[in-house]
Amino acid sequence: MATVTAPALDLAARFPQAVRPDTRPGYSGWIVEKDHLLEVATALRDEFGYDLLSSVTGVDYYPDTMEVVYHAYKTTGGPGIVFKVQVPRQDPIEVPSVTPIWAGAEFQEREAWDLLGIRFVGHPDLRRILTWEGFAGHPLRKDWKEPFYEEEAKPYKSRWPDGKFFYAEEKNPFKDNLKFPPDFNPEDWTPDKADALLYASLARYLKSDDELKTDRVIINLGPQHPSTHGVFRAVAVLDGETVVALKPVVGYLHRNHEKIGERNTFLQNMPFTDRLDYFNSMSNNWAYALAVEKLMGIQVPERAEYLRVIMAELSRIQNHLILIGMLLNDLGAYFTPSLYAFEERELILDIFEAASGSRMMCNYHRFGGVVRDIPPEALQKLKGLVYDRLPRKVDEFDRLLTENEILVSRLKGVGKLSAEDAIRYSITGPVLRACGVPYDVRRAEPYGIYDRFDFDVAVRYNGDVYDWYLIRLDEIRQSLRILDQAIRQMPEGPVMSTKPQYQVRVPPGEAYGRIEAPKGELGFYVVSNGKPNPWRYHVRAPSFVNITALEKMCVGNKIADFVVILGAIDIVLGELDR
Amino acid sequence: MVDHSELQVPGYEIPPEMQGQVVITTLDRIYNWGRRSSLWPMMFGLACCAIEMIAVQAPRFDLARFGMEVMRPSPRQSDVMIVAGTVTKKMVPAVVRLYNQMPEPKYVVAMGACASSGGPFKAGYNVVAGIDKFIPVDVYIPGCPPTPEALIYGMMKLQEKIDKQSIRQVRWYQKGPDSVQIPVPILGPDLIDPRRAEELKRIAAAQAQTQEG
Repeated sequence: MATVTAPALDLAARFPQAVRPDTRPGYSGWIVEKDHLLEVATALRDEFGYDLLSSVTGVDYYPDTMEVVYHAYKTTGGPGIVFKVQVPRQDPIEVPSVTPIWAGAEFQEREAWDLLGIRFVGHPDLRRILTWEGFAGHPLRKDWKEPFYEEEAKPYKSRWPDGKFFYAEEKNPFKDNLKFPPDFNPEDWTPDKADALLYASLARYLKSDDELKTDRVIINLGPQHPSTHGVFRAVAVLDGETVVALKPVVGYLHRNHEKIGERNTFLQNMPFTDRLDYFNSMSNNWAYALAVEKLMGIQVPERAEYLRVIMAELSRIQNHLILIGMLLNDLGAYFTPSLYAFEERELILDIFEAASGSRMMCNYHRFGGVVRDIPPEALQKLKGLVYDRLPRKVDEFDRLLTENEILVSRLKGVGKLSAEDAIRYSITGPVLRACGVPYDVRRAEPYGIYDRFDFDVAVRYNGDVYDWYLIRLDEIRQSLRILDQAIRQMPEGPVMSTKPQYQVRVPPGEAYGRIEAPKGELGFYVVSNGKPNPWRYHVRAPSFVNITALEKMCVGNKIADFVVILGAIDIVLGELDR
Repeated sequence: MVDHSELQVPGYEIPPEMQGQVVITTLDRIYNWGRRSSLWPMMFGLACCAIEMIAVQAPRFDLARFGMEVMRPSPRQSDVMIVAGTVTKKMVPAVVRLYNQMPEPKYVVAMGACASSGGPFKAGYNVVAGIDKFIPVDVYIPGCPPTPEALIYGMMKLQEKIDKQSIRQVRWYQKGPDSVQIPVPILGPDLIDPRRAEELKRIAAAQAQTQEG
């Protein structure tokens, strides 16, 4: 397929004073002067068309520099641009916020503030996001040690080669996973500190300006609430039943993937990626493998490419089926639709289990291929599913639900989002496409072998929850089309290009691998310094970025619709909180 | 499992006209039989394991066969809390509060490696290395995540535990407070367990001294 290549963008020529190319070996992109960041970013969005800010994150180049890394793309497709801001690593570390230009940076900048202590000047609501207010330190800084700290990098000397066993608790003075500042006194601590800033940020919505003397109320949903799909919490200000303001509170499942990931070797991170979006371990594996393969510069054998596509599309199908089932749960059709969905999911998991050995946590991809071939019986089963059962079942879902009066009246017009807003908030995945933007990484910047397949990018134009639902059905049908072609075309051959090895050699540099995961654009930003462990391992999780616009979607709707909107965005907490 | 034929043969002579119409058993046994056959879990999932917990409810594994299909969203109505997933420091106050809100008799199942011990995430700064540091656990189920079969087996183990309890000894029929209330942890610079406040203060003070000296 011939693609039109735009002339390479020379930012340094456009901004001679403010931008210089990043010339470190293995790195690419541009380094922007801090004071000119907003100017350059505005030009990138308005003049050059990089309207979708994919990822914002920080890297701690201890002990000298702190770097903020931005990845921006065009919704019309094509390769993206990466630019960085470097600041000296001395508190206060301050960088201008890009939220006025790309609203989708809001939560990602809060995350960088929380974990790395980079203060974004001009950010509307810079609070901690994954840990809590009052937490001591910024955990992703290289000089911050966790309570169970043992060594900088695995494999730990205590475990290998001799293997002397001890409990992590033994080495900690508190005999537990705890770390307090010296001379800390628990009796002096005010317990409500964690939420004080959150409620303060909502205080301005509490005054009602109409003539009637009505009270607005704050209500809390979660972190344990049957409809929040995990440990998600939202604090809403209500006027009657209408949402006036809503703040998501996340971090209740913050499992420190990134800190653990920096201690792990490259390969040890593979099983951890399974546990990000635990519905789609196959897709997560792929995105991470893609990033590291970019760094290593290795190729993947043909058969493995096809297996990757098959597994990723299967997991997309089961993800969307579960989403539809759970959405109906949220609407009050308690359990029956999701039982239908889970029945199909089990059949797909059987194939995962046959290929990888595990139902959910597949750990199937390796750098340079996949870990083992699919057994012939599983392939036979797969054909039965793809050619016979699943198409019938999708039609059945369609027939049972799409025209259902209650479903239509609950979903139509709810959570409406315009295409412009969706792009501004960096929303990706089915929700973006349902707002009328045909942006799919599989087409916009094909990875793997997606350029070989004939499929349509599903797109809908109303941007309400009903379209978000419909687009899932469309995508399942497109996935089945891809699977059909992939199964027919798959050649025989090896599934690994390198020999299986415990330790991989990764040259220094940076790489951003991104895929179209079922929930949106999943990216891994990996920085290597040539050692066996990544220097930085960042996950750009679609769920996390998509909920940046949650308030925008909910305001003006009823509180009962919040549950539906949240369900239809399709969040999964393992990936949202990481 | 309770043997139903055994339920009907208590060791007394039953007059022929009454046979098949009355059942004589011990109070303990009928009481436990009722409880074990309708264990209502709380609808409460923390992480990956929750998905397997839902899969157990779903058609293939069908936990309804054990009378456990009624997932209650409210702790006030539930008998067993399946801690399904990683417990983080930010979440543990909520978990403890939920446990306190459950009425007696209440049971806790730690599902998966994370809930039992911290699992693969134990080294994380925000992870509680096992929910048993805060609330008493009745059954631990290993696995990451445990397969649905493992969860069913764990729940059957819980049933066995219930079978062995006696109404004379269970704590909710003893004198004193009805239910065990566990002090809710507080989020400070790190997680503060109120039961350990004194100890934490002492160690932090000792740390400050060694730094000075």
